[in-house]
Amino acid sequence: MSLDLVTLLYLVASVCFIQALKGLSHPTTARQGNVFGMVGMALAAFTTVALIFKLADGKVAGLAYVIGGLLVGGTAGAIMAKRVEMTKMPELVAFMHSMIGLAAVCIAVAVVGEPAAFGIAPAGQPIPYGNRLELFIGTFVGAITFSGSVIAFGKLSGKYKFRLFQGAPVIFAGQHMVNAIMGIAMLGMGLWFTATQDWTPFVIMTVIAFVLGVLIIIPIGGADMPVVVSMLNSYSGWAAAGIGFSLNNSMLIIAGSLVGSSGAILSYIMCKAMNRSFFNVILGGFGQEGGTAAGKQEQRPVKSGSADDAAFMMSNAETVVIVPGYGLAVSRAQHALKELAHKLGEKGVQVRYAIHPVAGRMPGHMNVLLAEAEIPYDQVFEMEDINPDFRQTDVVLVLGANDVVNPAAKTPGSPIFGMPILETHLARTVIVNKRSMASGYAGLDNDLFYMDKTMMVFGDAKKCLEDMVKALDAL
Amino acid sequence: MDIISPTVTNLIIFVLAIYVGYHVVWTVTPALHTPLMAVTNALSAVIIVGAMLAAALTTSDLSRWMGTAAVALAAVNVFGGFLVTRRMLEMFKKKDRAAPADEKRGDH
Repeated sequence: MSLDLVTLLYLVASVCFIQALKGLSHPTTARQGNVFGMVGMALAAFTTVALIFKLADGKVAGLAYVIGGLLVGGTAGAIMAKRVEMTKMPELVAFMHSMIGLAAVCIAVAVVGEPAAFGIAPAGQPIPYGNRLELFIGTFVGAITFSGSVIAFGKLSGKYKFRLFQGAPVIFAGQHMVNAIMGIAMLGMGLWFTATQDWTPFVIMTVIAFVLGVLIIIPIGGADMPVVVSMLNSYSGWAAAGIGFSLNNSMLIIAGSLVGSSGAILSYIMCKAMNRSFFNVILGGFGQEGGTAAGKQEQRPVKSGSADDAAFMMSNAETVVIVPGYGLAVSRAQHALKELAHKLGEKGVQVRYAIHPVAGRMPGHMNVLLAEAEIPYDQVFEMEDINPDFRQTDVVLVLGANDVVNPAAKTPGSPIFGMPILETHLARTVIVNKRSMASGYAGLDNDLFYMDKTMMVFGDAKKCLEDMVKALDAL
Repeated sequence: MDIISPTVTNLIIFVLAIYVGYHVVWTVTPALHTPLMAVTNALSAVIIVGAMLAAALTTSDLSRWMGTAAVALAAVNVFGGFLVTRRMLEMFKKKDRAAPADEKRGDH
């Protein structure tokens, strides 16, 4: 098998990868796209095996290591993919980013140790300067991706006592200064390595990058995790592209760039949905858990009602829009919600769902949670598509969402002014289900709860929805 | 004539691939952004190609074990990424069996 043929097969695999992303433009074509991705990956792997046969001149005992690694990693990955709960997707994705980051570092170490095996330098000759620089970049991006993703994973899972794994940001004096100095030191070591191909600066640079990855994620609060996960997604792509540069492998560069730009776009979408600039998120310190503002204001009267009242109002409506927030997922109420929507549908009520881009813990998370509960995707609408309809909506049911429906976003001077929201306050009647009057991540009071047309139903989302279903049956 | 250095060729591929990525990803429907992230995890695991070369072709212990570790780490993503994406996308399938189930419920 000639190297030209290998490269051409890699090109076919790259096209498959592009098709895999393109398929995701619609739920009906997405599964086909995923098949393209798998075919591309299998093609890439088998081509590489053929390449190994060619380069090793028949001495292929080394393939045993490849098969061993594949079996261990593949089994672990398949088990995780099968068992993971959909609410835990953000953790799984963060975990996977860390795998890519660490794999990139491992490959870079192997390349520095034995460049001749990869055909980037003749045996005994130094690595060309260009490849050294690319190795250095691939390594530090990979290392930052790894340690940053580990911290993000801890913050997302929220079940570890370790301080760095908690949602509340870790801030100390001179933090940005420390990060800047370490960043400069890392780049300095990298350039030293580029100049000399010496192990010492390479190792120091890698260690600094690992520490830096931790330091840049700890000041970012739990509420900003959707941005962080998207950002690390992007980093993992750039790390792969960096390795592709050092190995002169165009397929790795293409796949890495696709992933890198995908993560960057998702970060942008998330930042826009939270009305924050990217640098504002990265510099951190925002999103301390638990709001305080609600306590400062004088108690204002709210109208509260029972699940029965809510069920009665919805059954008399013509159109109902349901706004699910993360509180819904926390109390695992998606199936109860589906039951409610089904019952309302039987009574001739048109039910739709409105999803804010940051409704879940990662981009598109809420859509997956609703799909898991077998809610048809054509009843689920994105913010821009459903906002014009709220004025004609009889009843809006808000479940465990707060900041994303806060009309204060329309008031100049408010801390969240300009944030895109679901305009539920324009509907004829609003029913809000929450556990308490506590404020959301932004720590702001929500005027929606005090409007005359709003009825609060306090309690756990699942319990309330089940009560509503029972009440509908009784009607 | 001088030969164009591989770095320059790589840079051309890199820039064009970012351009393609940018345009393709904007066409992805927001409803599928979570599967998008899962599948991109699988795609960036294509560095398994480099890991395989490292594991199979190197002779020093350090490089060989680093390569084997990288194969295992990347394989987690290759298998995990594609399978979890498939699992999620199955959920977005239109439910054909919903209709008969509804009728049964109506009988009660």
